[in-house]
Amino acid sequence: MTRFGEDWSRGFRDLILEAGVRALEDCGLSGSEIEALYCGTMASGALVGQEHAGALIADFMGLTPIPSTRLEAACASGGVALRQAYVTVASGVHDIVVVGGVEKMTDVPTAEASYALGGAGDQEWELFMGATFPGLYALMARRHMLDYGTTQEQMAAVAVKNHANAAKNKYAQFQNEITIETVMKSKSVASPLKVFDCSPITDGAAVVVLAPLEKAKKICEQPIEIVASEQASDSIALHDRESLTKIKATEIAAKKAFERAKLAPKDIHVAEVHDCFTIAEIMAIEDLGFVKKGMGGKATEDGLTRIGGQVAINTSGGLKGCGHPVGATGVKQAVEITWQLRGKAEGRQVKGAEIGLAHNVGGSGATAVVSIFRKVW
Amino acid sequence: MEESLAITWRRIPERYRLLGTRCITCNGNYFPPRKICPKCRRKGKIENVQFTGKGKIYSFTTIFAPPSGFELEAPYVFAIVELDEGVRVTAQLVDCREEDVKIGSIVRMVFRRIAEDSDEGLLHYGFKFALVR
Ligand SMILES: [Zn+2]
Repeated sequence: MTRFGEDWSRGFRDLILEAGVRALEDCGLSGSEIEALYCGTMASGALVGQEHAGALIADFMGLTPIPSTRLEAACASGGVALRQAYVTVASGVHDIVVVGGVEKMTDVPTAEASYALGGAGDQEWELFMGATFPGLYALMARRHMLDYGTTQEQMAAVAVKNHANAAKNKYAQFQNEITIETVMKSKSVASPLKVFDCSPITDGAAVVVLAPLEKAKKICEQPIEIVASEQASDSIALHDRESLTKIKATEIAAKKAFERAKLAPKDIHVAEVHDCFTIAEIMAIEDLGFVKKGMGGKATEDGLTRIGGQVAINTSGGLKGCGHPVGATGVKQAVEITWQLRGKAEGRQVKGAEIGLAHNVGGSGATAVVSIFRKVW
Repeated sequence: MEESLAITWRRIPERYRLLGTRCITCNGNYFPPRKICPKCRRKGKIENVQFTGKGKIYSFTTIFAPPSGFELEAPYVFAIVELDEGVRVTAQLVDCREEDVKIGSIVRMVFRRIAEDSDEGLLHYGFKFALVR
């Protein structure tokens, strides 16, 4: 993957190309072995005026004429691309498949980027009415506070932990630790959410290579098996959901993924979850089954999700600390889990990590992808 | 971003007076209108229904960082309202401060200007909600 951040020196194609070269070098492939490419990008049209990203990426990576397809599922574009590649390899249609995720977000003013991201919700019945994404997650946060007693300090604890992890990740956008006070004193964006409850606008790309397990073992010394990758959908608008205090699509995708993998939440050593806002991580660890519903805030405050805790959550720094180039995030999560399971996560390594999970959400929860990974050497 | 005249025109019945649909097979109410009942699918029978515009606050926030077109409104109180008919909608609350609002507060629909595209552009109207005191 590329370093995540505000990167004025590089454009859309530079980012994905750099991540692609690094991924191919890592597994020692020349490129001629690759049979197909999937790439997640959410809003390249609105952000850089470029559609048809599949062909563009194949072209500039020197991979034409292989089939190359762009997938879009808002902030879950990367996770959906990963799952699509997994399905393709598992089906036997293609063997060696490259999965990329990329978003170039800082070529436009913040207001334009926010408008483009707004498209992840219901344009006619949320955005038209004046909704923003922080606003939608604030509506969830308010309900979570009422129903479960979650506090603003507990939400702040998510940001503090993720910044601490990001400070140990040289690919992360933010390299500084923060305190509860930093979050609590930051400006209100959509009450009760403040600036430091929100993930940033980021440029970045990430790439992984998938192959059937037996082939992967020949190509690579430390292959990681995807034991499950499941996806679920829900209403596009938040107001049509059964509940505001959970992401039902996450619950469904997680249940299916654990069933397929024949594993349970307690078996997971390390997880990258979708913390676009601090409340989103609290809901995610509940919906994934790591803690009981309503206990996400307290678990975070008590340190259960820190590195060395019950289950290490967002060792990369998550979307909050590592940054959130929307289309890249789902693939970056797979990269971080791979590094963790290979023991290559440097200062943020989870000791003895053998099983990991990635959780990627689109919009306010209309798409969720949950994938489970295992060390197999 | 400017909304095209055609979109505005198509949405007038829903935006101006909360016209929705009901499935007479399962008694499910829907807003915005749906042509297929997601519960009954082909067994569903859809008809138009005029919602009363009465409801209560399901959740709320105050938006301090507004999207473009809403700069003059910010900060504004923004909510999911559960209508008496059971459907939920997202809209602004008018003439109140966040301190006045609670989950469960009773509200009624009001007709207001939502946004304007530019100095010479379209004015968009639709529903907002006001506290019933
Ligand atoms: Zn029905």
